[in-house]
Amino acid sequence: MALDSKIPKGPLSDKWTTHKNNINLVNPANKRNIDVIVVGTGLAGGSAAATLAELGYNVKAFCFQDSPRRAHSIAAQGGINAAKNYQGDGDSTYRLFYDTVKGGDYRSREANVYRLAEVSTNIIDQCVAQGVPFARDYGGLLDNRSFGGVLVSRTFYAKGQTGQQLLLGAYSAMNRQIGRGKIKMYNRHEMLDVVIIDGKARGIITRNLVTGEIERHSGHAVVLGSGGYGNVFYLSTNAMGSNVTAAWKAHKRGAYFANPCYTQIHPTCIPVSGDHQSKLTLMSESLRNDGRIWVPKKLEDAKAIQNKTLKPTAIAEEDRDYFLERRYPAFGNLVPRDVASRAAKERCDAGFGVNATGEAVFLDFASAIIRYGKEQAHVKGLNENDENLVKSLGKEIVKSKYGNLFQMYEKIVDENPYETPMMIYPAVHYTMGGIWVDYNLQTTVPGLYAIGEANFSDHGANRLGASALMQGLADGYFVLPYTIGNYLSDDIRTGPISTESKEFEEAEKNVRQQIDKFINNKGTKPVDYFHKRLGKIMWNKCGMARNEKDLKEAIEEISALRKEFYKDVLVPGDADEFNEELAKAGRVADFLELGELFAKDALVREESAGGHFREEYQTAEGEAQRRKEFQFVSAWEYKGEPKDAQLHKEELVYENIEVKERSYK
Amino acid sequence: MKLTLKIWRQKNAKNKGKIVEYPIDGISPDMSFLEMLDVLNQKLITAGEDPVAFDHDCREGICGSCSLYINGEAHGPDRRVTTCQLHMRKFKDGDTIFIEPFRANSFPVIKDLIVDRSAFDRIQHAGGFISVNTSGNTQDGNAIPISKHAADEAMDAATCIGCGACVATCKNSSAMLFVGAKVSQYALLPQGQVEATDRVQNMVAQMDLEGFGNCTNTGACEVECPKGISLENIARMNRELIKANLKG
Repeated sequence: MALDSKIPKGPLSDKWTTHKNNINLVNPANKRNIDVIVVGTGLAGGSAAATLAELGYNVKAFCFQDSPRRAHSIAAQGGINAAKNYQGDGDSTYRLFYDTVKGGDYRSREANVYRLAEVSTNIIDQCVAQGVPFARDYGGLLDNRSFGGVLVSRTFYAKGQTGQQLLLGAYSAMNRQIGRGKIKMYNRHEMLDVVIIDGKARGIITRNLVTGEIERHSGHAVVLGSGGYGNVFYLSTNAMGSNVTAAWKAHKRGAYFANPCYTQIHPTCIPVSGDHQSKLTLMSESLRNDGRIWVPKKLEDAKAIQNKTLKPTAIAEEDRDYFLERRYPAFGNLVPRDVASRAAKERCDAGFGVNATGEAVFLDFASAIIRYGKEQAHVKGLNENDENLVKSLGKEIVKSKYGNLFQMYEKIVDENPYETPMMIYPAVHYTMGGIWVDYNLQTTVPGLYAIGEANFSDHGANRLGASALMQGLADGYFVLPYTIGNYLSDDIRTGPISTESKEFEEAEKNVRQQIDKFINNKGTKPVDYFHKRLGKIMWNKCGMARNEKDLKEAIEEISALRKEFYKDVLVPGDADEFNEELAKAGRVADFLELGELFAKDALVREESAGGHFREEYQTAEGEAQRRKEFQFVSAWEYKGEPKDAQLHKEELVYENIEVKERSYK
Repeated sequence: MKLTLKIWRQKNAKNKGKIVEYPIDGISPDMSFLEMLDVLNQKLITAGEDPVAFDHDCREGICGSCSLYINGEAHGPDRRVTTCQLHMRKFKDGDTIFIEPFRANSFPVIKDLIVDRSAFDRIQHAGGFISVNTSGNTQDGNAIPISKHAADEAMDAATCIGCGACVATCKNSSAMLFVGAKVSQYALLPQGQVEATDRVQNMVAQMDLEGFGNCTNTGACEVECPKGISLENIARMNRELIKANLKG
């Protein structure tokens, strides 16, 4: 099937408006006869479910957590971008569009990104109206902070808990509709297959995670807002339950999977402390507003710090290498995430890491504390030269800005970041790749939509900070509810979809077979054993730097591991009860397939772009080297084993932006 | 570290539960409490036993999934943390640790340490929102200035993660800190004023219907709350309720 992105004609800035004016609508009376299934209740799924219900559709929403409020969007810390230009620093829709395309290393679709930038301002207005308590300045107006990869301040925030507040906003909108009966909420339910009837997505099969019941649910359309697949690495900042299963089952039913190798490795996470580690914790990018990243200049100092014979505070200013400020003077500590992560890896690989494993760099707030302290002393008319006073005033300001993050760090690491620099290291955080969608956010399966992190569309090869929240809410509140109407307008006479068809039967049978297989397998190793091994392969061979040899090995190793998994996995308990190991087994089975496709995609993409860095393709200074002939989206069609997946290319055309070398110097 | 774990095991809501003892060894002080339970579970699974079921997800203290009553304290002995952020360095080698679910009539046990907290959701369905449709055509976000003080206070109330520690801790199993936090968030913002009367009445009515107890001002909830939600929010909710009832 040829890929049709369905980008509307006309000038970039008019496309969305024109499109909205020309697509079909469903009248309010007919909406009552249409059912829409939404899988996932994070920012994308939650906002979509609420909006669709407000419009009058009957929504069935599903989440595997015990409440929609616990979806992992809740953990996003730093903020949400919007081209409001409240700061008067030159921001505009075009500039947000430009920054996002450039930040994505020219691997995203122009029209989608422009639309995202366009609706970004509505998100802020909407959320304020919903009672989201964004940070405000003393005049009572909304405050902004800066994020990486841009030269303006356009990030709105609610302390270090912006994701939480936005998600609770979407959750409150859902609650209103649940209360009205327009959303039927299914908590602790996991989607295990999508049902296709006459070529259209018409339902899903779920497992009730409490009782183990397998259920059939039908609808006129299915929306996946099921998040990203970072947990293929085992260790990531994703929640323990975050998984690719919904997206992967959709892929197996005909939805193309795009750019699986585009993974964001976030520079500021708390380093790994040992083998027992179950997940990694992010320290918000907002910390790079005030924190300076450095390692010792001298190798002997680095060694001494690794052996704990030297304290970081004892290293003189001239013996510190603020490597981001050195390499990228224009953006300094606020370079995009991919660039910052690679730079940290480069220093650590060269032996300058600052913890026992040698895999950490410092994030230091000492100069910010002094700067803020002096400012406060001046404002209060106190002695600006009193070092202790300045420090304590400065700490107060830093605390008010990042207090909860500092507390989180202290609880995990047992060190006080007000007194000694934080230690950070890159970790898997977000996946730009995902299910391929057209301009309408529809996948290659009619009636099946993918929104938020689950789709691939807006971030290209690298996502800028504070853009995930923007995209999730843009898709769910402002894009999908329009575009899905165009599709559903053909369904006003369809009537309820029966779950008694052979397609539902076949899908349910498949699901039951897999579950029975796991329960009866009686192998010798728990699920985590395989998941951890998969994670090691992914991190070592498909991580921050990749090469042909490693990727080929990874493909073989993952394929072998998958066989071993099916032979030897041990799932305790029964199918008809609460059984977390059983749920995990299904998720890891899908990760074991996705991981191989991921490596294959990385192997085929013979260039470096954003989060995908191929060692063979770099400039003399070690920067990523894009190649013109790879200016396309890789969309993979399922053909059985991951190695047989077939590549389809969507050429990316840039009419409104000049494709340049991406420089942050 | 070598520890003795005494863990509440209960097959499902219908069965009776009991405390079962598990010795465990080789625990690093750098592990989180849940990672310690992971170690136990891997051992149980390999030995052909049923692993201990507990709720958890983000493991960074924000999703509110994890619970656990540890040595008689919700989220364990540390302050201002959830169980997933509690680290084993807070315990001593040789300690015996009691691990139980969050207990309240309104939080029935699902399995082992997992309880059903959907009563919280139902309270939110009753009024935990501002009735504004997602048109995107609301007024500009800066059209109504909100004093920094009010915005910050609303934010402090809004940081509630809905974990239920307040209920589990309270001798009356009261949910007033949870409900008070939501009522306060909206009461402090101009956007929340329009529906203030209905909201507080409906949420409180649902809270009572769910069987949560009343507040007798012991303040235990604030002490155990991982986000430090203040008792002031309960006072504010009571004020809002009285105001609403007077208005009729």
